[in-house]
Amino acid sequence: MVKGQVLTGGRGKAGAIKVVSSQAEAESAAEKILGMSVKGFIVEKALVTERLDIKAEYYAAITVDRRAKAAILIISAAGGMDIEQIAEEKPEKIRRFVMPADNDEALRKWLAESFEDRGLLDQAFQIAQNIYRLFREKDCSLVEINPLAVTAQRRLIAADAKIVFDDSGVPQHPELAELRNADEYTADEIEAREAGLSFVSLSGEIGCMVNGAGLAMATMDCIKLAGGRAANFLDVGGSSNPQKVLDAMRILLRNEQLKVILVNIFGGITRCDDVAQGILWAREQLGITLPIVIRLIGTNGKKGRDMLGKAGLIATRRMGDAIDQAVACSGGGSL
Amino acid sequence: MSILIDEHTRVIVQGITGRDGSFHAEAMLEYGTKVVGGVTPGKGGRTVGAIPVFDTVDDAVAKTGAECSVVFVPAAFAPDAIREAADSGISLVVCITEGIPVLRMVDLYHELKDKGVRLIGPNCPGIISPGKCKVGIMPGEIHRPGGVGVISRSGTLTYEVVYDLTERSLGQSTCVGIGGDPIVGTGYVELLELFEKDEKTDAIVLIGEIGGEAEEEAASFIKTSVHKKVVAFISGRTAPPGKRMGHAGAIISAGTGGAEAKVAALRDAGVVVVDRPDQIPDEL
Repeated sequence: MVKGQVLTGGRGKAGAIKVVSSQAEAESAAEKILGMSVKGFIVEKALVTERLDIKAEYYAAITVDRRAKAAILIISAAGGMDIEQIAEEKPEKIRRFVMPADNDEALRKWLAESFEDRGLLDQAFQIAQNIYRLFREKDCSLVEINPLAVTAQRRLIAADAKIVFDDSGVPQHPELAELRNADEYTADEIEAREAGLSFVSLSGEIGCMVNGAGLAMATMDCIKLAGGRAANFLDVGGSSNPQKVLDAMRILLRNEQLKVILVNIFGGITRCDDVAQGILWAREQLGITLPIVIRLIGTNGKKGRDMLGKAGLIATRRMGDAIDQAVACSGGGSL
Repeated sequence: MSILIDEHTRVIVQGITGRDGSFHAEAMLEYGTKVVGGVTPGKGGRTVGAIPVFDTVDDAVAKTGAECSVVFVPAAFAPDAIREAADSGISLVVCITEGIPVLRMVDLYHELKDKGVRLIGPNCPGIISPGKCKVGIMPGEIHRPGGVGVISRSGTLTYEVVYDLTERSLGQSTCVGIGGDPIVGTGYVELLELFEKDEKTDAIVLIGEIGGEAEEEAASFIKTSVHKKVVAFISGRTAPPGKRMGHAGAIISAGTGGAEAKVAALRDAGVVVVDRPDQIPDEL
């Protein structure tokens, strides 16, 4: 088989998976598959693999269960479809086991209820241990094998797999950063990550720069309630640094749909004078022509507002006022 | 009264010689917190302002009698710093650090439970009992003593809410930031239980956000075991699914973690859920 490699589902339907029986056929299939587009993802690699005679399909995964505060092994005999679909259609087929097992025997016994045949059980036990080791060693958030196929020869094969790594683990595993797929993110999101900012592109006109994820989300929510639309989520982060504010401003300004910039800062670990300094640098260096609405209070708040005031920029103290003003500047809302 | 910390709590700062650690050590001291020492390996014998620095937590505890530690140590070393505090007789550890891998927290969570040590955070702003003690990075001056208990997964959004409460003369008994990570040391339920028991807490504000099911768990606990008034706000109602919104724990994935389910569960438990943070004081 020749299988196009893209980070999305639905490859078979799109024609990116072909069954071949000779080298010549494989070559011509690969030529067709390479460069084709699946749901907007261009196929750049293809995998040539043995064709499996699949008799049954399981789902197997390890992930972190937030409720149990533990890694859990999930097995379902209803493999092949995605886990949300299994959860919806056959919830009774999903089984969960808290890892690590107290002992090998406990894990084997649990697996035996899904894999009755001794040969399959041995293989499933080996696979469960291997994926758990991978999960731990590389700080994953998800290792998923779907389908975990049973072949006519009674072999268990990982016919497809998906691995999600914990972003917080990447600094300790630099090799993982290389695997990041650029297509999944907008250019702004990639640049923001390199600058140490948390950024998500949205579709509105109000460019947001906020400190703290909760406040940044609440700012988006309140913009919508006031009749406006946020252009992005941007958390300038916990640590205090004027350079980050400058970088954030540069990224915001790349968006041509922007009509206004809303800065909403409630200083804690972030100091308002650092933020004010960053805004002043940005104004000097980036030639900003858009209106900037600033809300600045908290740690060193007065110092920050005074710095802005001296430069002719007005900073308000109330979030609601700043949001109403920004929405009005963007042409939305009731003001 | 208050929960977790009060005017008697003796606090040390781990990572006290770093930029954030030293700034906030002095800010806590200024607020009135009994900051009795700091720890940075290799820098014992120095001082930060008037605060003595020790090489180890063991040493700091022996010399100062501290029972609470606040951790500003970088993510790669923070789990070991928390472990060191737990092994040195500290009973309450508050971890401000962001970016600890989830699996390190899974291990740590169970270790600390076994040792009977309470952890607040990581990736949190800390705890404040206004007028008595501040262990964290929140701006102290926006708080005032009173009867509202505040629990939140966020930092700055908590300040926002507290600012509005204080402006309306609604003081706070204790405000706790539990942290924005998928696995945190102490969750809503344990704190709801403490606030329910605290005689000086009259009402509770719960600030949640998308991701996970902690708010749903809180809702079921409130339904059966909390009799005080609870007002809630859930952040991220306009967040797109599949995207991590800043906090490691704030992501709508595989059909769970959405805001609407949380709002519905809380309302079902009798909690007043508001649309905007500035509506919270109206409901108290």
